Amino acid sequence: MADPSHIASRPAPGLIASNLRRMALSEHLVLWLCLVYFAVMAPFVPGFASPENLVNLFVALLPLFLVALGQTFVLITGGIDLSVTSIIALTSVVGAGVMNGHTGWLAGHPLAGLAAVLVMIALGAGIGALNGLAVTGLRMPAFIVTLTGMMFFSGLAVWFTQSKNIGNLPASFNRLGGNPWLAGAIAGIVGIFAHRMLTRSLFGRWLFATGHNARAAFISGVPVRGTTVVAYVVSGFCAALAAVLYTGQAETGSPVLGQRLLLDVIGAVVLGGTSLFGGRGRVLWTLCGVLFFKLVDNSLNLLNLSIFTITMVKGGVILFAALLDAARHRLTGRNA
Amino acid sequence: MNPPDALELAGLEKSYAGVRVLRGIGLVVPAGHTLGLVGENGAGKSTLLNILGGIVRPDAGQMMLDGRPHAPASPAAASRAGVAFIHQELNLFPNLSIAENIFLTDFPRAARTPVIDRRELRRRTAGLLAELGLDLSPDLPVGQLSTGQCQLVEIAKALSREAGLIILDEPTTSLSARETAILFTLMARLKERRIAMIFVSHVLGDVLRHCDDIAVLRDGAMVGQGPVREFTIERLVSLMVGRSLAQLFPERKGAPADEPALEVRHVSEPHIVHDISFTLRRGEVLGLAGMMGAGRSELARILFGLDPHASGEIVIAGQPAGRDPPSRRIRNGLAFLTEDRRAEGLCLDAAIADNIALVTLRDRTRTVLRLLDFKRSRQAVNTMWQAVRLSESAAPDQPVRTLSGGNQQKVVLAKWLLAKPRVLILDEPTRGVDVGAKFELYQLILELADQGAGVLLVSSEIEELMGLCDRILVMNRGELRDELARSEFSQERILQAALPLEETRE
Repeated sequence: MADPSHIASRPAPGLIASNLRRMALSEHLVLWLCLVYFAVMAPFVPGFASPENLVNLFVALLPLFLVALGQTFVLITGGIDLSVTSIIALTSVVGAGVMNGHTGWLAGHPLAGLAAVLVMIALGAGIGALNGLAVTGLRMPAFIVTLTGMMFFSGLAVWFTQSKNIGNLPASFNRLGGNPWLAGAIAGIVGIFAHRMLTRSLFGRWLFATGHNARAAFISGVPVRGTTVVAYVVSGFCAALAAVLYTGQAETGSPVLGQRLLLDVIGAVVLGGTSLFGGRGRVLWTLCGVLFFKLVDNSLNLLNLSIFTITMVKGGVILFAALLDAARHRLTGRNA
Repeated sequence: MNPPDALELAGLEKSYAGVRVLRGIGLVVPAGHTLGLVGENGAGKSTLLNILGGIVRPDAGQMMLDGRPHAPASPAAASRAGVAFIHQELNLFPNLSIAENIFLTDFPRAARTPVIDRRELRRRTAGLLAELGLDLSPDLPVGQLSTGQCQLVEIAKALSREAGLIILDEPTTSLSARETAILFTLMARLKERRIAMIFVSHVLGDVLRHCDDIAVLRDGAMVGQGPVREFTIERLVSLMVGRSLAQLFPERKGAPADEPALEVRHVSEPHIVHDISFTLRRGEVLGLAGMMGAGRSELARILFGLDPHASGEIVIAGQPAGRDPPSRRIRNGLAFLTEDRRAEGLCLDAAIADNIALVTLRDRTRTVLRLLDFKRSRQAVNTMWQAVRLSESAAPDQPVRTLSGGNQQKVVLAKWLLAKPRVLILDEPTRGVDVGAKFELYQLILELADQGAGVLLVSSEIEELMGLCDRILVMNRGELRDELARSEFSQERILQAALPLEETRE
């Protein structure tokens, strides 16, 4: 018989408390929060619910979703990838360096855009592989590996461009990020594929087992190291793909692209319900987390608040996410 | 008038989500008495102890401690009231010294300042350690102590707070024979100081030898209580499980075949194991006896490929293992139930079904993306669920953490049985498992052997080895010292080979 003291270690709550509790534990909590937030704010924020704004919101949400998606894979293994922003910056300028119309290596070539995308993705995945190998092979903490990686690669991006933006990119490339249909299709396909891999594939199970208990997983024959490396490669890949969208939207390769993005990424993933301790995470949760973040961001922007105020509010949202995560742990009786 | 009893409970009730886990518990522990508290896992022992220790609050009932009402609101309050709770998993800080651990919440200070009086701290700790007969420096970091020594430090902590009631929750599970003996001597000394104790253990012999009174819990109710002379092991077991167990070990049906399942030739690793050679045959249950630290678990880990070995050869079902990692050895038919199921056996927060499926997942995938075949997976898990007779009330998507120790161990076993192993290494498979579940685990182990697998059983319980094995090897200081066929089994001979020479001379 299961010892019930592990299931619940507090007295039975009242009706309201139990409903709140069910809501707090619900998988769709963040989706509810998004709806409530939108409904409450729409009357007060001019243009919040207008079709143009919603399309803008959608387009702006996609690249953040892609980065957050990759981050989700790494968080599930119990690691963290702080280098994603530097991957975005570096792949952005390298891609622009390949295809721009002035100085690009393939300037004017009809396939310059495609070549640039491939180079960017290979570079992002490669940096991810380096991160993963350093974490597993050298047994270094993910925090340090990816923090130093972030410093190095963002420095490299600035050095590479002499701190200048690179414009004059092929129109076909810019459409990838700028056209809502194209960008939506890219993010959608990647999102659905990632979802299927997480929930239905052998790799997905190995990923969760590694995050739950790497030691037990290894003893059960799970290739823990390989699984972990792949998680970082996925993160690098997704960051590079996000860079494709961001760069297309800005129509410039920028060495400081994504510089302020890191907390948005991790905040959105954790807000969605993915655990910082590993073993828990879903694509849909991350999508909801990103949606909530972008809703807050967008509405505050429309209110003409300063960037500092917005940052403060976002900080509050991340704190809220962390509190929520801790509270969920307590409610499920898992004292992490 | 008599002095008040150290502890008196009446009508204690506790329910979780409508399930009554304690039903009107009444209990008396006179000062200076040791109460043995026994019961299967899930009988309500932990809940009862947690209530005494202020971790859980009861729904109803009275508690009196030394004649005063006891209703602790927190563990700290219970501790102030004089209850010391020594948990199975010790609550010490490995990075702090013995002295700091003992006085953590109550450092001796220089008068009216927040500055710790180091000299006084050391003096008082040394006094306590001397009282317990522990020859250790107060400044030694706890991380450098053995589990047994940590236990004694916990007791020193209890003494420093002048606890009137000490709760020992399965204190001997991780102790060596020698450390256990020291613990019991110490308990006798505490008793002389009129300290009451509650001793919880699955080792019924210890309970009968070292307690004054015994209380038996079953399904949340007190089913037997009285002075120790009224009890025997048989009576305790039948009270605990609610029926009399005809025997402690199941009948063996099959017999070992001649073909080897696992061959170990001259395996050595400096300072760990020395020149180990033996052959485990198909259908054989081979026991590995020895004291803690004799190198049994270390040998098991080397066989599974978790730790390296400097020389020698390991052959699994005819395949030389070389330097293969565990994953390759698993595919060759090796399985390993580790000593520490929480840290190494299970993903505690993952679902039961996912844990059972983990080892054999890769055999149930389709297409290049290796998508899982959920239908086959579910069938496989269900078959195993029934095969290991996992608790009916548990659901496949429930986290393993919510199961009792015995059921958790069945999950680990199910996970390996699903891989149809040809060689199964079991390291202390019944540790922390109650009597009823033990018997079921034994049955499963013997069934596997009857189906032709070789079983290597590492255990610290000699009765268990003698009850299950066809042959027993005895390890001592990294070497094989003795080998006994079933007809030669004797506790004396095993102990003789297992004990270090200086201890046999005593």
